[in-house]
Amino acid sequence: MRYEAPESLEGAVALLAGAKGEARVLAGGTDLLVQMRADVVDPDLIVDIKRIPETRAVTEEKGGWRIGAAVTGAELKEHVRLKKVWPGVVEAANLIGSTQVQGRATLGGNLCNGSPAADSVPALIAAGAVATLAGPAGKRDLPVEDVMLGPRKLALKKGEIVVSFLLPPRPPRSSDAYLRFIPRTEMDIAVVGAGVSLTLDGGGTITAARVSLGAVAPRVLLVPEAAQAIIGSRLDRPAQDRLEAAARAACHPIDDKRGTTEFRIDVAAVLARRTALIALDRARSN
Amino acid sequence: MAKHHIEATVNGDVVEFLCETEETLLDVLRDTLNLTGSKEGCASGDCGACSVMLDGRLVCSCLVLGCEVSGRKIETIEGMAKGESLHPLQKRFLEAAALQCGICTPGFLVASKALLEKSPNPTEHEVRYWLAGNLCRCTGYDKIITAVMDTAATMRKG
Repeated sequence: MRYEAPESLEGAVALLAGAKGEARVLAGGTDLLVQMRADVVDPDLIVDIKRIPETRAVTEEKGGWRIGAAVTGAELKEHVRLKKVWPGVVEAANLIGSTQVQGRATLGGNLCNGSPAADSVPALIAAGAVATLAGPAGKRDLPVEDVMLGPRKLALKKGEIVVSFLLPPRPPRSSDAYLRFIPRTEMDIAVVGAGVSLTLDGGGTITAARVSLGAVAPRVLLVPEAAQAIIGSRLDRPAQDRLEAAARAACHPIDDKRGTTEFRIDVAAVLARRTALIALDRARSN
Repeated sequence: MAKHHIEATVNGDVVEFLCETEETLLDVLRDTLNLTGSKEGCASGDCGACSVMLDGRLVCSCLVLGCEVSGRKIETIEGMAKGESLHPLQKRFLEAAALQCGICTPGFLVASKALLEKSPNPTEHEVRYWLAGNLCRCTGYDKIITAVMDTAATMRKG
């Protein structure tokens, strides 16, 4: 097993594009090392992207924020300004694993692990985050909701890596939130996750919204019907009911040991409503 | 493939070692550097028995490859006492019997020290969440949490 830690994107892309056998990108390693240990994967090449500056920076760009794919949860938590503008994205990233896992786990890894239950992904999708990819044909941008195709299946081409995420500029009175349901209080995998981002006008009416649901389908869902259900409202009870109905209608989850289909659909509706209310409350004070 | 030749700082000393790609930092610490204080519980990042500091961040050494730490700074449980003088957390764990079998103890100590350096006056809630990634199957946790809270109070007094 070969290990490389290139210091440039070009170097990483060339290694991955030229790989003969199975190649894996290493960011925080909190999924990859577990999978290697369990013999789920046995890569011939590991490309550690943490020494590439673009993957490790959090910077303001075009009025928005760019977050490197290999920035850790602990680093995001300490970023006061980012947390103020995108509290939902940061709280979602911070729900992944323990303090120890937070010291390593990354947004890029959480997305590219390809799990429909990934906590940070619904928050990124709700935020309208765009992933910047680097590959043999150069860079391209892909909305986060289009990166994952299904469990363990990504839209990345051979040699491509996720470099960073661009979160768009925030109008005044905007905020976001993420909630997940787990049967305990910490250290568990989402049974359902919900991310909501919204913007209010001066009178408190929702003018823009994005709603995303995790662990209720083979991939994390962007649910435009749920957003439409609350745009134009002040999130009063009828709007909350419409949001719940749209969330339910979008779900097509599996039955497994962590939750039945019926339970997940119920929880998705409740979480969508609660998450939207938190985002609303935050947006009012912005 | 040839082994990786790695130079890193461990508990303030520059060390050199050879490792295979598959070897974790925990493997290197225990089997190559003979620093066997860090334990392997789960080998999947769930139990925290292998907790170490990597460039000032609390991490599970079972989830780090040995070859990743080139040029990096590692602190383990072996660096916690200064010679014969135990760290206040170590003293308090002994006095308060905050351990039984002791396998989880090095991880709890490393993690608790990281917390107190960041947050000298933590709430019990904060301590419990910070240590949620450290599993103990003997104590029921209460004695550990109390020992950390008591140590924080003592250290604040200086």
